[in-house]
Amino acid sequence: MATTTTSVPRRRRPARPDAQRSALGPGHRTLPRALGFAALLALAALWLLPLLWGLVTALKSEAQAASLPVRWFPQAGGFTLDSFRTVLTSSNLPLWLLNSVLVAVVVTAVTVLISAMAAYGFSRTVFRGREWLYALTIAAIMVPPQILIVPLFRQMLSLGLVDTYWGIILPQLVAPAMVFVLKGFFDGIPVELEEAARMDGAGAFRVFWQIVMPLSRSVLAAVSIFVFISAWNNFLWPFIVVNDPDLMTMPVGLATVKNAFGVTFAADMAGATIAALPLLVIFMLFQRQIIRGVATTGLGGQ
Amino acid sequence: MSTAELSRPGTAPTGARGRPSRRAGLGSGFWFTAPFLVVFAGFLLWPVVYGVYLAFTGASLSGGGEGLIGFGNFGEALSDPLVWRTLLNTAVFTVASTVPLVVLPLVMALLVHLSLPGQWLWRLAFFAPYLLPVTVVSLLWVWILQPELGLLNDWLGAVGIGPVAWVQGEGSAMWSVVIATVWWTSGFNFLLYLAGLQNIPGYLYEAAALDGSGGWRTLRSITLPMLGRTTGIIVVLQVLASLKVFDQIYQMTSGGPDNATRSILLYVYDQGFSNYRLGYASAIANIFFLLVIVLSVAQLRLFNRREA
Repeated sequence: MATTTTSVPRRRRPARPDAQRSALGPGHRTLPRALGFAALLALAALWLLPLLWGLVTALKSEAQAASLPVRWFPQAGGFTLDSFRTVLTSSNLPLWLLNSVLVAVVVTAVTVLISAMAAYGFSRTVFRGREWLYALTIAAIMVPPQILIVPLFRQMLSLGLVDTYWGIILPQLVAPAMVFVLKGFFDGIPVELEEAARMDGAGAFRVFWQIVMPLSRSVLAAVSIFVFISAWNNFLWPFIVVNDPDLMTMPVGLATVKNAFGVTFAADMAGATIAALPLLVIFMLFQRQIIRGVATTGLGGQ
Repeated sequence: MSTAELSRPGTAPTGARGRPSRRAGLGSGFWFTAPFLVVFAGFLLWPVVYGVYLAFTGASLSGGGEGLIGFGNFGEALSDPLVWRTLLNTAVFTVASTVPLVVLPLVMALLVHLSLPGQWLWRLAFFAPYLLPVTVVSLLWVWILQPELGLLNDWLGAVGIGPVAWVQGEGSAMWSVVIATVWWTSGFNFLLYLAGLQNIPGYLYEAAALDGSGGWRTLRSITLPMLGRTTGIIVVLQVLASLKVFDQIYQMTSGGPDNATRSILLYVYDQGFSNYRLGYASAIANIFFLLVIVLSVAQLRLFNRREA
C-alpha cells in the first residue's frame, strides 16, 4: 500500500503546486507520512495532556483530587464545580483579573503609541542627536529588565509609586526592541505618500496619524499582540512593586495565594484554569494573527 | 532579546535610509521621540546608572548606609560561595534548557510543516502553553510532579520507576524546573522555526527533486542547512532568556532544596528584598549584567563569523 501511494504522485511531482510546502521537500512522499503523523500525534498529546490534567483536576473536589490511586475520572460524585466556586468566592481572583486587564491594556496602548512615534521620529526626521539616541535605544535592548529591580524599587519608593497602578505600569512602557521593529517597518514605506500629503498642507503629526499608522496596521497589530502578552503574563516587576492584595495582577495574586491556602490542588487548578482562559480564548479566535504577530516581532523582543 | 538583530543596525548605519529628512521640512522629529525618550531615560537608563551607583554603597532597604564604600560589595560578592553556586546553577539551567528548547521545537516545526491534516490542532497544542501566565505553569507542574498524587510519578510507577521526589529532591528539583520551562516555552521557538521553514525558497526543493534527492537527503542537505541562520538566532535568544530565569524557580522551588535551584537573579532578589541589602544586591546584579553583555557580544561574534 505504501508503495502505491508514494510512487504514483512522485512521478508528477514537479507539477504539483504544493510541492514546496513540505519541510522535507517533494521527496517527503518517500518518507512514510504515517510515521510523521504518529510522531506528531505523540508530541502533541504530550503537550496537551498537562493542560487536560489541570482542567480535570479543577473539576474535582479536593478529596477526589487527593485520593489514590491517581484517576482521570473521579469515582464518587463525579465532576463538580466546587473548586471554581471556592476560588471565585474566597479569593481575590476576579479582582486580580480586572487589575491584569487594566494594566495590560494601558501598557499596550501607551507602549505601542510612544514606540511608534519614536520609531517614526528615528526613521523619518532629522534632529540633533538622533543618531546616537537611536544607537542608545538599540544598545538598551541588551539590558535585562530583571537586573533593574533594586534601583527601580528604590526609585518607586522615592516617587511614592510603590503599591500603585502607575508603579506597575510605568517601567513596562519602555520597549526599545519594539522601537527597533517598528523603525524597520517604517523605513520600508515609500516616502512619496507622505510627501503628497504634506503638499496638501498636512502637518507632521497628521501625516503620521492618518497616513503612516493606517499603512502599518499589520505590524502595529503584531507589536500590540507581543506587548500585550508580555504585560499580561509579567510576574517579577508587579510582584516587586505591589504588596497590597487589592492591587495585585493575576500572576502575582495567584502565586501569593498558593502559599496562603495550604495544600489545595483542585482549587489551585481551578484558579489556574480561570487565569489561563482569557488569553487562550483570544488565541483561538485570532490564531492566525497571533502566530504571525509573534513570529514577526518575536525576534525583536521577548 | 533582540541582540541577534543588533548586527543589522551595526552593519547598516541608521542614517542610510533617512530619506525625507530636511528636504521634506520636518522639524518636529524630536517631539515624536520625546515621549519615548522620557520613559526610556526615567525607567531604563536612570535605573541602570543608579544601580551601578548603589553597588558602591551600603544602601539598605531599612534605611541608612547611603555613603560610598568603594569596591567592598564587589569584593564580598567574589568571595561569597553562594554567588558562585547560583552562577553555576544558572549555567546548568541554561545549558539543560537550551538544548531541548532548540531540538524539540525544530522537530515540532519539521513535523507540522509536513502539511499533515489538523494544522490548527498542532499549532494550538505546541503554542498554547506559551500563552499561559508563569504562575499557571508553575502551579500545574508542581501538581503534575507531586511525589504521591502526581500524574508523572503515577505513570513512571506503572513502568517500575520511582517514586521521584521531583521539586522536593535536591537532585531532581532543577530537572523539574527544566521540564516545566521546556513545556512552557517550546511553542515560541517552534513558531520561529516554522517561519524559517516557510522562508526556504521552493525552487531548492524542486531542484533537489529533479536530482532525485530523497526525503532524508533533502532534509539533511537543504532544509537543515537553510535553517542555520534561524537556529543561530534561536540559540542566542534562548541562552539569554534562560540566563534570566527567575519566575518559575521562585514559584516552584523558591530556590531550594538547599539552594539546588537558586539562580543568580533569585539571589539578587534574596539579598535585596529579604536581607534588605540593596547595595550588595546591586553589586551582584551588575556582575550578572556584565556577564550577559560579554556573553551576548561573544555569541554575536561567533554567529556573525559563521554567517560570513
